Amino acid sequence: MHIELQPRLDPPRWLGVAAPVAAFAVALLIGGLIVALLGKSPLDAFRVYFVDPLTQDWSLEALAVKASPLVLIAVGLCFCFRANLWNIGAEGQFIAGGALGGALALATHGVPHDGPLGGSWILPAMLALGVVGGALYALIPAVLLVTLGVSEILTSLMLVYVARLALDYLVRGPWRDPQGFNFPVSVNFDPDATLPSLVEGASLHAGVLVTLAVVVLAAVVFGRTMLGYEIRIVGAAPRAARFAGFSERKLALAAFALSGGLAGLAGIMEVSGQIGQLQPSISPGYGFTAIIVAFLGRLQPVGILVAGLVLALTYVGGEGAQIALKLPLDVTTAFQGILLICVLGADVVTRYRVRLVGRVLA
Amino acid sequence: MNGEMAQLILVTVVTAATPLFLAALGELVAERSGVLNLGVEGMMVMGAAGGFAAAYVTGSTLVGALAGIALGALMALLFALLTVVFAVSQVASGLALTIFGLGLSGLVGSGFVGLKRDPAPHLSIPGLTDLPGVGRLVFGEDYFVYAALALAVLVSFVLGRTRAGLVLRAVGDNHGSAHALGVPVRRVRILAVLFGGACAGLGGAYLSLAYTPFWSPEMTAGRGWIALALVVFASWRPWRALGGAVLFGGATVLQLHAQAFGIGLPGQFMSAIPYLATVLALVLLSLRRRAGSVAPAMLGTAFVPDR
Repeated sequence: MHIELQPRLDPPRWLGVAAPVAAFAVALLIGGLIVALLGKSPLDAFRVYFVDPLTQDWSLEALAVKASPLVLIAVGLCFCFRANLWNIGAEGQFIAGGALGGALALATHGVPHDGPLGGSWILPAMLALGVVGGALYALIPAVLLVTLGVSEILTSLMLVYVARLALDYLVRGPWRDPQGFNFPVSVNFDPDATLPSLVEGASLHAGVLVTLAVVVLAAVVFGRTMLGYEIRIVGAAPRAARFAGFSERKLALAAFALSGGLAGLAGIMEVSGQIGQLQPSISPGYGFTAIIVAFLGRLQPVGILVAGLVLALTYVGGEGAQIALKLPLDVTTAFQGILLICVLGADVVTRYRVRLVGRVLA
Repeated sequence: MNGEMAQLILVTVVTAATPLFLAALGELVAERSGVLNLGVEGMMVMGAAGGFAAAYVTGSTLVGALAGIALGALMALLFALLTVVFAVSQVASGLALTIFGLGLSGLVGSGFVGLKRDPAPHLSIPGLTDLPGVGRLVFGEDYFVYAALALAVLVSFVLGRTRAGLVLRAVGDNHGSAHALGVPVRRVRILAVLFGGACAGLGGAYLSLAYTPFWSPEMTAGRGWIALALVVFASWRPWRALGGAVLFGGATVLQLHAQAFGIGLPGQFMSAIPYLATVLALVLLSLRRRAGSVAPAMLGTAFVPDR
């Protein structure tokens, strides 16, 4: 007996939605099993993870604030992944953007701003530097790929570790707050260098609106422009793209710069809107979780928005589960991994008819 | 620096190289069959967690090593199901495996954080191990090192000199033709992936049983990814992977000893050396190898038979 795959020429549309939803359900079942093995009630865990965060104002805000970087990074990644370019170093690009943008905040800290603009130019400039930092950092693997053919998978990932160590060095060394009692953190950013809150006294910052705007923009670029079209074709039919004269190199550079830039933007918005200073670690693995978000959202900007909220829910719920149920944070990571495995597994039914065949053929 | 000091450093180089080599050797076999498994890091870290847990509970290093092998292979089985049977993207599945492994290993190992056990036993031959200068290096390593070398001989022989190896390479270079000749392509690939997982699991177990005699979360610290780079660096040849592993092991040890030699660079820079060295190695290699790729032709492509 063996399994036979017949390619679907025209997969039905409803499968595109049903498959990720089914995958999520299966992942929930497996996750519940793990929770039960750890000696906790799966129903309690489900409530703490997926229901409680939706019932309170502060947790809804936390949800939006955590979804924002995930969605932003994943939207960028979908440009890469769609073109069969495997940028898995978004975590490093996130850090590079946060560090470069944050550097401006540190440089302007405590300096009086006498120009006609006052200090109002600082925040936009920081965001721009964040984009530049992330894009430049992403271009390292991209340039090595298009000029020398070096695997972008390995280089982009290696650079994550380098970025982490570099930020660690900067924050413990030259950027450390001299009045900070030797804690490895920078000074707190000035108000001019901080993303404003949307609601007085709340954690919900203006970066969330930026993310929503980017999703809309990305959906347009992806679906309605030449760049988006070329990226889709290069990924889906590389030979046809070559005949059409699309430059694979230019597209690779563009896709990497785009995804790195968005990861960098996410980084600086996290630093300036959420953390308010630079510290040795500025990300709980957003760059990697965003990979799951990208796939769960079926590599489409709007789908990614939904998927980002779902994954953010696991982060917020995971923190709640740690307190309420004493479940370790690793449950969240393991569940995220299971979710991605299920999503990928579910993809097979959208692309193929899967049949069990009784007789062994070859 | 005297001879004993040099030997001591070389012994640590071997210790740093062994887990990299084990994981790279397994991945090399999987890739020769045409399957790129980016889940090495996840399989390794599971091997490290499960290996330590099993060894701590039973008190036996051997049981720990076997548990590491089994867990690595189990993870690989999941990967094979996705990529070989269901033809899912190998890159995406490998990433999923790594994320899953990092989380699950934290759960498996959560009860064992901070516990210590005796390090894995070392070979000891009276007379030989005490030889000055080379005795400990050649005759006094832990048993894993000799097992890894034996495995290298075996893999090199099977790949290059046997029919099974020929079939494996044929599957990796042209699965269509291999299928037409009646080779069970998917079965060969599943076995190759399982072997890769077992090796990665063993390499991970080495980390928590011999390299350091304790378990700590995410202790693989990117070694699985370095092993993947090693396979490219080695041009998919087992003995070159050994050479590469020793070089990378050297880079890891360099970071520990550089401060002792009074090099005034910040510690974070030294810690970044293995990762920077990996990038540099891949760049240098691509400069040298301008004329065509030596990678298995089918690497990363799923095989879906026509009917």
